[in-house]
Amino acid sequence: MCLAIPSRVIRIQDMNATVDVYGARRDISLLLLPEEVALGDFVLVHAGFAIQKVDNDAAHEALKYIKQIIEETEEDEL
Amino acid sequence: MEGVIIIENIKKLLDSIKRPVRLMEVCGTHTVAIFRHGIRKLLPEKILLISGPGCPVCVTSVEDVEKAMAIARNEDIIFTTFGDMMRVPGIEKNLSEVRAEGADVRVVYSPMDALRIASDNKDKKVVFFATGFETTSPSVAGTLFEADKLKIDNFYIYSAHKLVPPALDALLGSGEVNVDGFILPGHVSTIIGSRPYEFIAEKYRKPSVITGFDAEDILQGIYMLLEQIASNRAEVEIQYKKVVREEGNPKAVELMNEYFEPSDAYWRGIGTIPLSGLKLREKFRHRDISSAIKINISFAFGPQEPQGCSCGEILRGLKTPDQCPLFGCACTPESPVGACMVSTEGSCAAYYKYGGFI
Repeated sequence: MCLAIPSRVIRIQDMNATVDVYGARRDISLLLLPEEVALGDFVLVHAGFAIQKVDNDAAHEALKYIKQIIEETEEDEL
Repeated sequence: MEGVIIIENIKKLLDSIKRPVRLMEVCGTHTVAIFRHGIRKLLPEKILLISGPGCPVCVTSVEDVEKAMAIARNEDIIFTTFGDMMRVPGIEKNLSEVRAEGADVRVVYSPMDALRIASDNKDKKVVFFATGFETTSPSVAGTLFEADKLKIDNFYIYSAHKLVPPALDALLGSGEVNVDGFILPGHVSTIIGSRPYEFIAEKYRKPSVITGFDAEDILQGIYMLLEQIASNRAEVEIQYKKVVREEGNPKAVELMNEYFEPSDAYWRGIGTIPLSGLKLREKFRHRDISSAIKINISFAFGPQEPQGCSCGEILRGLKTPDQCPLFGCACTPESPVGACMVSTEGSCAAYYKYGGFI
């Protein structure tokens, strides 16, 4: 339950943003984020809230692991 | 450092320690990651990894599940929850079965989704089952903030939130848990930082390392723990520096503390741990469904685990899942008896899925 997903910010409107993870888009809140974000930045998202900004390299590394989980889950569901 | 090199270094350090080492991974996400990466198979036999109490789904009490179902059965209520909670067993039923009987129970991805449902259904009370550790409770606080800002008065929560550090304090204080060090949760620590764990070093002289989730992160975390053990140090270190800072996320902690205060909480399989849960502060009590309606449950206090179930010992690291008499026979992911088999991040479900290799 405590997994947070690195997500790329593609739209910002006030305290809300749209993020993209492998083509899946989601609206999230920036309310909990202690720092400013810009378009293209990566944030860690948990339960609809960005909880931390992450640098691009770290995000790509973490996403590799998330992708494995997604693929494994899809295999389980087949 | 490459994984292969870290393993070689782990072996060298272990030789210098000259005794077996028991490490507890506190977080359920780590339990699954350790299996998924096959880390137990990569490590020398003298390193024993023990799963801890860090699955918030598994530790939600039978009483909280019973109350959640009683709330959901009200006709003027829409009950919303994370999907993980749907199959957690109460005394006889779970939320999924209560929904099948006609209750309006909806799975949401975020508490903000529950708030949107409240905004769209002003004639109903919409309740969010607030479960999870410190990773999740700031999101619920953020949603309550939005509810006040948008004046959505029909949004309520039922809080079963839990806090990680008090549970570790209780485990260590009980004296029954024999571990040499802790692999601490990565994302809980993104919020709270490293300072709330300092008691582990100061009071109990145990090393701990906040660790990330990929294979190299976990091996590196284990290596850092062994380094502390070998040099007789006890500190809280951060391996997962990519996202965890010593001070955590102060904004999230501040919002969480504005809405919630610590309260005693019952952990399934462990018992009541002082100040290890979160309840709404008095001035936000109007958002607490327990204050808004009478929750009718006929709940007999007493042993809460089904007969034969070892979830309690497993959550405290005293038994491995394969030492439970029900594991894999009476209790499987398709037909779970105990909560550790329900959640995908429960130790039993992970053991079952990945072959129970220790």
